[in-house]
Amino acid sequence: MGALTAMVRLRVDGHEVEVVAGSSVAAAIAHAGATARASVSGQRRTALCGMGVCFECRATVDGRAQQRTCLLPVAEGMEVRTRG
Amino acid sequence: MAERVHGCDVAIVGAGPAGLSAARAAASHGARVLVVDPQPAPGGQVWRQDVRHGAPGPARALRARLARMGVGLLLQSEVVGHSGHRLFVRRGQEAACIDYGALVLATGARELLLPFPGWTLPGVTGAGGAQALAKQGWPLRNRRVVVAGSGPLLLAAAATLRRHGAQVLGIHEQASSRAVAGFAAGLWRWPGKLAQAARLRAALWNVPYRTGSHVLRALGGDVLRAVELSVDGRAVTVDCDQLACGFGLVPNIELAHMLGCELEFDGAHAHVRVDQWQCTSVPGVFAAGEACGIGGVDCALVEGGIAGHAATGHGNAAARLHARRRRARGFAARLRTRFALDPALHALAGPDTIVCRCEDVPMSALAAYAPGREARLMTRCGMGPCQGRICGSALAELGGAARGGFRPPIFPVPLEVLAGFGDALPSGQSQEL
Repeated sequence: MGALTAMVRLRVDGHEVEVVAGSSVAAAIAHAGATARASVSGQRRTALCGMGVCFECRATVDGRAQQRTCLLPVAEGMEVRTRG
Repeated sequence: MAERVHGCDVAIVGAGPAGLSAARAAASHGARVLVVDPQPAPGGQVWRQDVRHGAPGPARALRARLARMGVGLLLQSEVVGHSGHRLFVRRGQEAACIDYGALVLATGARELLLPFPGWTLPGVTGAGGAQALAKQGWPLRNRRVVVAGSGPLLLAAAATLRRHGAQVLGIHEQASSRAVAGFAAGLWRWPGKLAQAARLRAALWNVPYRTGSHVLRALGGDVLRAVELSVDGRAVTVDCDQLACGFGLVPNIELAHMLGCELEFDGAHAHVRVDQWQCTSVPGVFAAGEACGIGGVDCALVEGGIAGHAATGHGNAAARLHARRRRARGFAARLRTRFALDPALHALAGPDTIVCRCEDVPMSALAAYAPGREARLMTRCGMGPCQGRICGSALAELGGAARGGFRPPIFPVPLEVLAGFGDALPSGQSQEL
């Protein structure tokens, strides 16, 4: 919204992206134009349910694999790695 | 030993309206109350925090009140198992336990998502899913979005998407114009709902709302480019950046099932059976809100109140809410019949359409096997990390077997967390987790 909205900077697959504080990592991945994961047969997938039940938005965050990124708020300097 | 053991009189699973209302009622009698929820902020889905617009007024007021009452909140925490009166909770990479006297299940609902060709393309989300993602800061400015599926949630989702700058191209409700008109005509009995409908209508005044219209397929190479819809019986293709498509809600009953609570069926989907005190078939375990059958925020608030009073032994206070509950459930019953799903939706998925998104199992792979266990064992359908929450409910809706195969842990748990629960298990009961 206004100029007072705090922003957070993080990296998605090495590309810097700036999003509103409180955003989910799933949203940051979308802002970076990326998708979250590759399915078992290699299809690109990204967030579907937005509430932590479908597991489609999984990515590696700060070195930890299989994180549901819709449940995870962004933090300054976070490193996100997708397989999309 | 588990890293943290939290003791309380009343543990509440779910920090949506039902859980927060239960917390207020229980804490008003002096009980030590702990609310646990996997999301980073309380509110559940309907009161979800919006990164740009905050949380709704009633949610903020209730949260402030609970903080003053000293109610504990354990966020980003997921209940994965139990043993006796102890819940096992995953907190990120840590194990925690909650020991409780009484338990209130306010586990809410998830969206019913049905398979159709192209539904796995990035850009296709649930309708409630799109709303949740919008509030999480999902990029929507000037994105072209088609909203489809069924129920009043489509309007709420469309309004949220628009508020975040999306260009909503149309809302496609599968129910007939007669059913929708019948629903609207009965709304005068619930003035709050009527006002809400009027507000949404005003916010969406220039967005086409089509009844008897549903998605046929999503189109695109590896991301969504367009949607083919059935409109007035004809196939129409619409270019878009996002499709928000949901067919209603399904109660989250996994924890209730694990605890041994009796379930009952409302069509294809189970909900928790409760008595007039919101008590389940397991003494000391209560349930409230969507877990007891889809009813919306009014049911959640009143049932949470009843459960919170009853869980602390205050039947009189609970009984005073019974009339309000009857009224709220009356609205829910209306919702269910008016937005019943068109059988045509059962035939959307083709043989190549993936049903189980975790394991990429196409519809054709299931044909050779009996629905349920045999199909799971032979195809891995429903064996992935979502544990059949998406495909199992979809297949139940499409006329297959009721979703089954529940087994703890009810969400995937990393080994290091599982190991953290080890010493917290009473001896000889390790098989329960």
